[in-house]
Amino acid sequence: MKPRSLAVHLSGALLSLLAGVAFANDKPPAKPATPTPPKAATLSDEVIKVGVLTDFSGVYSDLSGQGSLIAAQLAVDEATGGTGKLLGKKVELVSADHQNKADIAASKARTWFDVEKVDAIFDLTNSATALAVQELGKEKGKVVIVTGAGSTALTGKSCSPTGIHWMYDTYSLATGTGAALLKEGGDSWYFLTADYAFGHALESDTSAVIKAQGGKVLGTSRHPLNTNDFSSYLLKAQASGAKILGLANAGGDLINSVKQAKEFGLVDSGQRLAGLLVFITDIHSLGLETTQGMYLTEGFYWDLDDKSRAWSKSFFERAKKQPTMTHAGVYSSLYNYLKAIEATGTDDAGTVIKHLRTLTINDPVIRNGKLREDGRLVHDMYLLQVKKPSESKKPWDYYSVKQTIPGEQAVKSLALSECPLIKK
Amino acid sequence: MQVLMGQLLIGLINGAFFAVMSLGLAVIFGMLNIVHFAHGAMYMLGAFAAWMGLTYLGINYWASLLLAPLVVGALGVLIERLLLSRLYKLDPLYGLLMTFGLALLLEGLFRRFYGVSGQNYPMPPELSGGRNLGFMFLPNYRAWVIVASLTVCFATWFLIEKTRLGAYLRAGTENAKLLQAFGVNVPLLVTLTYAYGVGMAALAGVLAAPIYQVSSMMGSNIIIFVFAVVVIGGMGSILGSILTGLGLGLLQGLTKVFYPEASQAVIFLIMALVLLVRPAGLFGKEA
Amino acid sequence: MRASWVGQAVLLGVAIALPFFVDDAVLWMKVMCFALFACAFNLLLGYAGLLSFGHAAFLGSAGYVTGHLVKEVGLPPELGILAGTASAALLGFVFGSLAIRRQGIYFAMITLALSQLVYFAAVQLPFTHGEDGLQGIPRGKLFGVVDLSSNLGMYYTVLGVFLLGFLIIQRTIHSPFGQVLRAIKENEPRAISLGYDAARYKLLAFVLSAALSGLAGSTKALVFQLESLTDVQWQMSGEVVLMTLLGGMGTLYGPVVGALVLVMIEDYFASLGEWVPVIMGCIFVFCVLVFRRGIVGEAAAMLKKKP
Repeated sequence: MKPRSLAVHLSGALLSLLAGVAFANDKPPAKPATPTPPKAATLSDEVIKVGVLTDFSGVYSDLSGQGSLIAAQLAVDEATGGTGKLLGKKVELVSADHQNKADIAASKARTWFDVEKVDAIFDLTNSATALAVQELGKEKGKVVIVTGAGSTALTGKSCSPTGIHWMYDTYSLATGTGAALLKEGGDSWYFLTADYAFGHALESDTSAVIKAQGGKVLGTSRHPLNTNDFSSYLLKAQASGAKILGLANAGGDLINSVKQAKEFGLVDSGQRLAGLLVFITDIHSLGLETTQGMYLTEGFYWDLDDKSRAWSKSFFERAKKQPTMTHAGVYSSLYNYLKAIEATGTDDAGTVIKHLRTLTINDPVIRNGKLREDGRLVHDMYLLQVKKPSESKKPWDYYSVKQTIPGEQAVKSLALSECPLIKK
Repeated sequence: MQVLMGQLLIGLINGAFFAVMSLGLAVIFGMLNIVHFAHGAMYMLGAFAAWMGLTYLGINYWASLLLAPLVVGALGVLIERLLLSRLYKLDPLYGLLMTFGLALLLEGLFRRFYGVSGQNYPMPPELSGGRNLGFMFLPNYRAWVIVASLTVCFATWFLIEKTRLGAYLRAGTENAKLLQAFGVNVPLLVTLTYAYGVGMAALAGVLAAPIYQVSSMMGSNIIIFVFAVVVIGGMGSILGSILTGLGLGLLQGLTKVFYPEASQAVIFLIMALVLLVRPAGLFGKEA
Repeated sequence: MRASWVGQAVLLGVAIALPFFVDDAVLWMKVMCFALFACAFNLLLGYAGLLSFGHAAFLGSAGYVTGHLVKEVGLPPELGILAGTASAALLGFVFGSLAIRRQGIYFAMITLALSQLVYFAAVQLPFTHGEDGLQGIPRGKLFGVVDLSSNLGMYYTVLGVFLLGFLIIQRTIHSPFGQVLRAIKENEPRAISLGYDAARYKLLAFVLSAALSGLAGSTKALVFQLESLTDVQWQMSGEVVLMTLLGGMGTLYGPVVGALVLVMIEDYFASLGEWVPVIMGCIFVFCVLVFRRGIVGEAAAMLKKKP
């Protein structure tokens, strides 16, 4: 081999390392983790720029994706009164597809924060991407509001002073549905759980609630992700005689489990289904014939009351479908964020979040919302039951609201929190 | 014991389904020497063809059972003539890569236009409901699946092993040039074989539509398992694929009873083991 | 030969000056990590003639090992990377020993099956945090001196790692070992009849390829400060095949070009994500039909034709 090439390569490697040493300590250290004390009311970089980072093309694209972008546009329009300007400055909205890859999400977020001067990032469906971007926000002192992911780690071990978990987490879904069903007599459960952290979390949070209130867990089947065929598990569930079949899975697994549960006559023979993470898009895709009678908890329903209907109408006009709680969450969080900037006159993360903590949020999406120190927005959730086909009077008329679950009941108490920001 | 019997029956049903899928794959590999990564996409196309037929043209399930495989088979003819035939002289690596690319393309297209939550294909009313067998409740549709799958498998096996056409096919896999010298139109045979193989995948897709959600991802979810079945059974062996499909279905069923978390991993474990001990597969002949 | 030397020096110069001209250094670091991964893969495919469909196992597992050691055990980055690379080499030895026994398509299927087992392990093992991924991996200080939390420092470190890996591959290819590999690729029985222990050579090539893939994975984990299941899925194994095919199998710079193009496409289309798989599929089909030598291969052929 040519000795010259060797020399070139070796010197290159050495040079790089030396350059690294020389330049490395030039850059100022990363911004401190805690938000800086409130500065004079100014906008960084003279522009208000927000980003929607979501899944446009993968498994979550139906419940977030394009709809989230539309919801964000609605929020900007409303917060600026249709002018597109806040405090005399233009509000810019950008979006990108993280393709469910945490490293793409992290790269994009990094570019947005460092180069494109984005002030806050929204949506972040998919727990791995949400955790990654929230971590980045913590490092750079920028706001990250998650409405799409459900991991309790976001306000637990990985909590951030600049991160907000706006819409739902696995705990609120589990306890909401679990506690509510217990009240209706569902005291024996069998779980069908997706065998990964998320599924386990759903199952354990719900089990805890059930056992605490005197119910029993008769058994559990942990299935690998993307299992097609649930027949074996459904057979076991039937044999157990449990009153409720808890579905601790999501997406395609959920859809197939529900479809096959109907096929195997579980519902007809008296077992009730409880979906622990269900979006209205899942019901839409399965149809009422298959899903009727199923219980679930959501943080928002378009047909809840007049306020929610009015907003959902404006969403429907653009999206041609009703919003999921993720879409609604993007609208609500972005709207309130922009309003907070307007109220405080600055987009400094610490100041904005401090302001948000002082409010009780009541908008078309959130009822009785209070922001906690660990970043969790505590707000009303709803126990819903899927209607029978005969009860549905209009398109997307899928749910009857069985109970309104007050926020405090739907979140993990601070006493049990693993968040380092909470002083106990 | 009762529970076990129910699980074994379920395993058998799933196995029959595996068998139909892997049969198409085995036939294609045997004749074209191509590792057909696009098989899952063809399965997806079959399911979508049924769904589109129902939604846009009102074609019912029974008609789709016939039409979907024909439509997908026709597409297969196009693919084979335009794309695959150019690769026969090359390293089999390229066939694998081409079909891998095709799968990406087709699935990406359907994902772009139909999203990922999938479409609902209603259960045909004649087959809904079920009967209580005592040890389990057997949906009528599942009974139908096992009957249909085994029929198709048997028909294919008969076609290949017992008819003249099948004899040509088997001769073609061993020595295409010699067969051509005898006056048989080998390229036509190859094209038809490919069309048949993908038609089988499409048929499996129609069978799956009422019970598994029809979505763009349905193919990629099962393709590697189907591969495992074919590899374990023996890449060119018809009987091998059928028996292995059934066997693995049973084995997976048992795993789901005792250690469900491993029900997917177990197939790969077996695949690795078989490849080490008998690389040509349990029923295959060493290439 | 002169042109080649000058060409290499120019490329090197560009690479060294790059961070001062681009906004997003992290993107280029991603390119370099994947380029190293593709080059390592190409060593096996292009030069030894072995198609592995399970290389993601090495990329991802090394990333998890490094991430875990650096984050939870507190190892400095250089030791973390070393550990990750070593674990990939070990895994490569295990995979290789099992897979080498078979040829062609069976070899590929074994590697696929084994990497699937690694995937299932990654989903289950607690230290990988499954779906959530391993987050918040600290970059640390290289050798206690270079602060990697600055993008500049990290960039040059990645460049250094890439050059080192590339150097190793280049040396291997042009060495007697590399020549024997090529002989084995072209005609294994003949190589054996000449007295070479083909199995040993193939195994060594496999381990080297795995180790360098692991090096890429470990470095990438530090760059992004996270590691997720994406890196151990079989689709990732498919991506590296595409990069190599597109860039040019069996060429030295091909995989680098392929990685560059693919990472850029993915990044560019992040805004139009719906079309990415379709585009990748089209590229695959196109390359296999008419562009088999890949970008670099076709370019080299065209240059040779010039009178």
